[in-house]
Amino acid sequence: MKKLYAILLALALTLSLAACGSSSGGDAQQSGGNDAQQSSDAGSGSGDAQTPPDSGSGDVITVGFAQVGHESDWRTASTKSAQDVFSAENGYELAFVDCDNDPAKQLEAVRNFIQQGVDYIIIDPIVATGWDTVLTECEDAGIPVIVIDRTVDDSDKYVSWVGSDFKVEGLACGEWLKAYAADKGITEINALVIEGSVGASATIGRTDGFKEIADREGWNILASQSGDFTEAGGQEVMESFCQSYKGQFNVVICQNDNEAAGARTAMDTAGITYGVGGDVILVSFDANKPYVQMVCDGKINANFECNPMAAPTVSDIIQQLEKGETPEKEVYVSEHWFAAEDNVTSITVNGETQEVIHATQDVVDARPY
Amino acid sequence: MLKGKKLTQQQLFLPLVCVLLVLAVNVVYDISQGNPFYNFFITHIENGVLQGRLITILNRGSEVAILAIGMTLVVSASAGTDISVGSVMSLCASFCCMLIAGYGVSSVENASEFAMPMIVGLLGALLMGCLCGAFNGALVAYLNIQPMVATLILWSAARAIGLLLCNNLIVYVRTEEYGVFGGYIGFMPTPIIIAIACIAVVSLVLKKTAMGMYIQSVGINKRASRIAGLNSKRIIFACYLLCGLCAGIAGIVNSSRITSADSNNIGLNMELDAILAVALGGNSLGGGRFNLAGSIIGAYTIQAITTTMYNLGISSAQAPVFKAIVVIVIVAIQAPPVKARFEKLRAVKEESTQKKEVAKV
Repeated sequence: MKKLYAILLALALTLSLAACGSSSGGDAQQSGGNDAQQSSDAGSGSGDAQTPPDSGSGDVITVGFAQVGHESDWRTASTKSAQDVFSAENGYELAFVDCDNDPAKQLEAVRNFIQQGVDYIIIDPIVATGWDTVLTECEDAGIPVIVIDRTVDDSDKYVSWVGSDFKVEGLACGEWLKAYAADKGITEINALVIEGSVGASATIGRTDGFKEIADREGWNILASQSGDFTEAGGQEVMESFCQSYKGQFNVVICQNDNEAAGARTAMDTAGITYGVGGDVILVSFDANKPYVQMVCDGKINANFECNPMAAPTVSDIIQQLEKGETPEKEVYVSEHWFAAEDNVTSITVNGETQEVIHATQDVVDARPY
Repeated sequence: MLKGKKLTQQQLFLPLVCVLLVLAVNVVYDISQGNPFYNFFITHIENGVLQGRLITILNRGSEVAILAIGMTLVVSASAGTDISVGSVMSLCASFCCMLIAGYGVSSVENASEFAMPMIVGLLGALLMGCLCGAFNGALVAYLNIQPMVATLILWSAARAIGLLLCNNLIVYVRTEEYGVFGGYIGFMPTPIIIAIACIAVVSLVLKKTAMGMYIQSVGINKRASRIAGLNSKRIIFACYLLCGLCAGIAGIVNSSRITSADSNNIGLNMELDAILAVALGGNSLGGGRFNLAGSIIGAYTIQAITTTMYNLGISSAQAPVFKAIVVIVIVAIQAPPVKARFEKLRAVKEESTQKKEVAKV
C-alpha cells in the first residue's frame, strides 16, 4: 500500500513538473523532459513521458551558434558560412541566435543551448571576459564549446578556438611588399600606416606583423594613426598624412577595407596617384568582395584576407570530437592573399610558402562574400 | 587704450583666445621642427581644390558647427541638451541613401541606377531630421519631460531605426552626384559652403526678427515669458525642430563624404562635440542668454584640436588625453572664478592708471 502511494506521488510530481515546463513555452519542453528523466531514474517508472533530446537521435548533430550580430558584410558572411555548413544535408541541425552585439543576450543564448541539450555550442564572444561561469555550466552539462573569431580571455573551458592569425596577415603583407619592391626595383620604403581601432586584436596583430618585417628590412614607417576601421576615419587620417608627408611616402597600409576606401578619396583629392602604375603602393586587409574588385581594377595593389568562413574548420573539429580525437586548442583558418599584378606569385611567411593570388575577374566573381 | 578694453570685454574674446591658443601650439611645434612658423597656415590651390590645414579645420568642423547652431538654441530655450543629434544624423543619412538606392540594395555605382531622384533622398533626410526634432520638441515642450530624458529615446533608437532602413547593411551610393555635398564645388569644399549658409540664415533670422530675444526670454523664465504674451511651448518646440533639421543637414554632409550610409559610425559621439562646442563658446548650459558666434567658434576649436593632434603626430592611443587637457584648460579659462580674478586685476590696473591720470591733471 505504501509502495502504491509512493508510486502515485512520484507520478503526480512528474506530471506536474512536465506541465510546469510546457506552460512556460519555448525551449521548456526539453527541460520538462529532463526533469521527467531524472524522476524516472529515481524509479517511478513513467517511462513513456521522457523524450531525451540528444541520446540516440540518429546521426543528426545539433549545434548551437551564438553569433555576435550582423554589423558588417564580414559578419554576414560568417553567419552564412555557418548556415551552409551546418545544414540538414550535412547531417547537422543548427540553432542560430543573433545576439545583436549584446553580451547579456549572448550569455542567455548559451544557457538556452544548454537547456535544449545541443551536442555542440559555437560562440563568437562579443566580449572577452565574463565567460567562466557559463562555460563551466557547459562543461558540467558535457557540451563541448568551440570559440570562433574573437577570443575568451578569462576561461579555458572550451575545446578549441578557430580564427584568423592577424599577425600572420601583417607578416604576409610585409613579405609581399618586400618581394614586390624588389621586383619593381624600389629601394626605399617610406610607409604610412592607417591602423584599426585602438586595442582591437586585429589592429595589434597586423601592426606587429608588419612592423616586424619593416624593422628587419630597415623600412621607414613615417607615421601610424588610427582610422577606427571606418571609411570616414581612414579618409580624415589620410587627408592629414597628405598634408604632412606629401611627396615623402610611397606605401600606404590600411588595416581594413573601409579605411582603404577613405584613403583613396583623400589621395584623389590631394592629387596623389596610387595602385598599379601610381606613385603610392596601397595595401588593404580583409578582402571583402568589392575591395578584391578594386584589386582587380588595379586601384589597390594588394589585399590580405581575413577569412570569415570559420564554419568548415569548426565542422572538422566536431568530426574529430565525434571520433573521440582531441583537436588542437588553437586552429587558424586558411587565408588568401590577393595582388593586382602577377609579379609576386608566392611568399614565405614564418618559413611556410604561401601563394599570392593574382586577382583576375574570375577570382573576384568566385568570391563568396 | 579704450579700444583694447572693449576688446577684452567682448563676449567672443575668450573663445577666440582659446582657438588662437590651440593654433599657437602648432606654430610652436613647427618652429621646433625647423619648419617656417606659418607652415600650419599655408593655404593653396592644388589639384584644383583648396588645400591646407586651415581648410581642413573649416571643412571637417562643418558638421559640428551645423549641429552647434541647433544645440545653442535648444540649450538656450530649454536649459537642456539634445543628446540625440548624433543618432539622428545617422538615421537621416541612412534614410537618404535608402531612398536613393532603394530598399535592400547595398550598392549603387552610377546615377542611372538610382531608385529615386537624388533630390527626393535629400528632402526625405531633411524631413526625417525635422520629424525627429519635432518628436523631441513635443516631448520637451508639451509633455514637460526633462530634455536629456526625452532625447535619450532617439539617442538609442534612431541609429537602430537607421540600421533597419538599410537592412543592416552599409548602403553605398558611390556616385559623384552624391559625393558633391562632402566634396568640392569648384575649388571650395562644399561642407564649408553649407555650414556658412546655415550660419548665415539662422543668424539673419535671429538678428532681423525678435526670435533670438524670444528664445532667450523663454530660457530665462518660461512662465514670465508666457505671461508676457510669448507662446513658450511653441518656441521651445521650434528650437528642437531646428536642431533636428541641423542634424539632418549634418548627416547628409557626413554621409556624402564617404558616399555611403555607415549607420554604425555616422555621427558617433558627435552630440557630445556639439554640446562641448556650445560650452566652449562661453554659453551657459543653464539656458537663457546665448551667443551663436561663440558656439560656432567652439565647434571649430574642437576640430582645431583634432587637426593639431594629427599635425603633431600624437598617437591615437594618447590623443584623448591630449584633447582632455586642452578642453580642461579652455573651460578653466572661462570659469567664473577665473574670469572674476581677471576682472579684479583689470580693475586694479584701471584704478592705478586713473590715479596716474588724475595726478597728471
